[in-house]
Amino acid sequence: MNKNIDTKKIIISNPLKLDCGKEINNFPIAYETYGELNSEKSNAILVFHALTGDQYVSGKNPITNKDGWWSYVVGENKPIDTNKFFVICANVIGGCMGSYGPSTINESTGKQIGTDFPIITINDMVNAQYELIKYLEIEKLFAVVGGSMGGMQVLQFVTNFPDKAKLAIPIACTSSHSAQNIAFNELGRQAIMADSKWENGFYSNYKLNPDKGLAVARMAAHITYLSEKGLQEKFGRKLQDRDSLRYGFEADFQIESYLRYQGSVFVDRFDANSYLYITRAMDYFDLSKQYKGNLSDAFKETKTKFFVISFTSDWLYPTSENREIVIALNSIGADVGFVEIESDKGHDSFLLDVPSFLKTLGDYINSTYKVINERRI
Amino acid sequence: MKEEFNIISNLIEENTRVLDVGCGNGDLMKFLQENKTKDIRGLEISKEKVQNCLSKGLTVIEGNAESDLKQFPKSSFDYVILSQTLQAFLNPELVINELLKVGKKVIVTIPNFGYWRVRLQLLFKGTMPVTENLPHEWYNTPNLHMCTIKDFYNFCSSKNIKIFKSIALKKSRISEINKSNLDYKNLDSHLGIFLIES
Repeated sequence: MNKNIDTKKIIISNPLKLDCGKEINNFPIAYETYGELNSEKSNAILVFHALTGDQYVSGKNPITNKDGWWSYVVGENKPIDTNKFFVICANVIGGCMGSYGPSTINESTGKQIGTDFPIITINDMVNAQYELIKYLEIEKLFAVVGGSMGGMQVLQFVTNFPDKAKLAIPIACTSSHSAQNIAFNELGRQAIMADSKWENGFYSNYKLNPDKGLAVARMAAHITYLSEKGLQEKFGRKLQDRDSLRYGFEADFQIESYLRYQGSVFVDRFDANSYLYITRAMDYFDLSKQYKGNLSDAFKETKTKFFVISFTSDWLYPTSENREIVIALNSIGADVGFVEIESDKGHDSFLLDVPSFLKTLGDYINSTYKVINERRI
Repeated sequence: MKEEFNIISNLIEENTRVLDVGCGNGDLMKFLQENKTKDIRGLEISKEKVQNCLSKGLTVIEGNAESDLKQFPKSSFDYVILSQTLQAFLNPELVINELLKVGKKVIVTIPNFGYWRVRLQLLFKGTMPVTENLPHEWYNTPNLHMCTIKDFYNFCSSKNIKIFKSIALKKSRISEINKSNLDYKNLDSHLGIFLIES
């Protein structure tokens, strides 16, 4: 978490008015960049991360020592080729990788902000990241790209700044968090808050961490990122390091052991309060409500080209919800392409090695870049 | 193929908005993009073909014309093209109506089941026709509603659909279809191309 990170960071001095009514200023945004910005500044791609992602899109994540969360997509000779594109990714506000969040130290008290941190929204996240784009002096991004919560930020970004991106690629996302999405997020939050070490969000004051609660939240969420078929094929009823059932509550099954492991590694890298705040921001996301129930109006001003992608086995942000975005865009004559990619890997497909996804995404981005550049000449 | 593309392209005015329904791998879209207009979209039901189009940078939506044309506003395209696909729909009449709503003008091309080579196969061989243009066997054909140039011509007049232009194609020979030569063109052409409006 925050403590030992040596990360690129800027301090945003402009006051930012949050949806909750509060105002923040002089707050940090941590970010990372890959590749080089060309002299015309026409090759910049802003990548938005998902719920538990961070600014370390590609290469080695210096905190976890694992590959960046989108290493299949971003990097040298990858679909978003950093030999060609300048890729920017910022940690969202509310996060725990250096941007302003509940684990940021309040300088006047010397303690973490905890649940005194204001409630933030996807809109607030995007507005904060726009300050980074201004700081980098990029007049117009070539593309904004993201999956899941990153996709929601893509939609919000083009809504807020209709002339700041030539291309928008929202992947496996929704324009409005469904009851099922909210339900799963609430389950995770309740698990954290039920942990006696949560201490109403001020656990760091007591040198505690609600690890148990956060791990359960992660385990439950992790199931929603996979598909029933994928789980069955990978784990079935296979037993973990044993030949027969033990008639107890140890992890007899491989799937149990897998989920426990996922929970335990997660707590080492993620702040429980950040999990509460970010899931809340997702739940509050309802782009059509921001436009009085008409999603098309959100995009009315847009000149951006859109490419919407969903996955067959994603039941968390199913194709039908992605299609609603396409329909809204078509109904105002926007330039939108759409494909549902065949995959058994569930919602997580956008993070994984799904060759037809990687190929289509890469080819599309590259040929569109070429077309847009040719037109300019 | 090339002749059909040329004819379609000649029916379209420059820099107009075009939708290609059942755009396949995007060959016609590419052709029109290079020759007529940049503002062209596609609708295609096959995932694989949609991915091929997107890989070429073409704006294509995965979807089914019978259910997904509704999402486009009325008259949102100057031209909607349906190239050799009408016969594959469950309900061709519904699709034509949807096309006429979405497009100010509609271009429909029809593999002609009335072509003499097709007729001869049924007459002399007694088997369902298989030709270069209609390569499938009866048991695996995607074509549910084959029709002839004359069928489509009569369909348009019975439904009060205006035919602006109707063109017959045989090999690479192009000719106009009119009321008086309809029976002959119906016998001697492998493809009919219609520019229509509601």
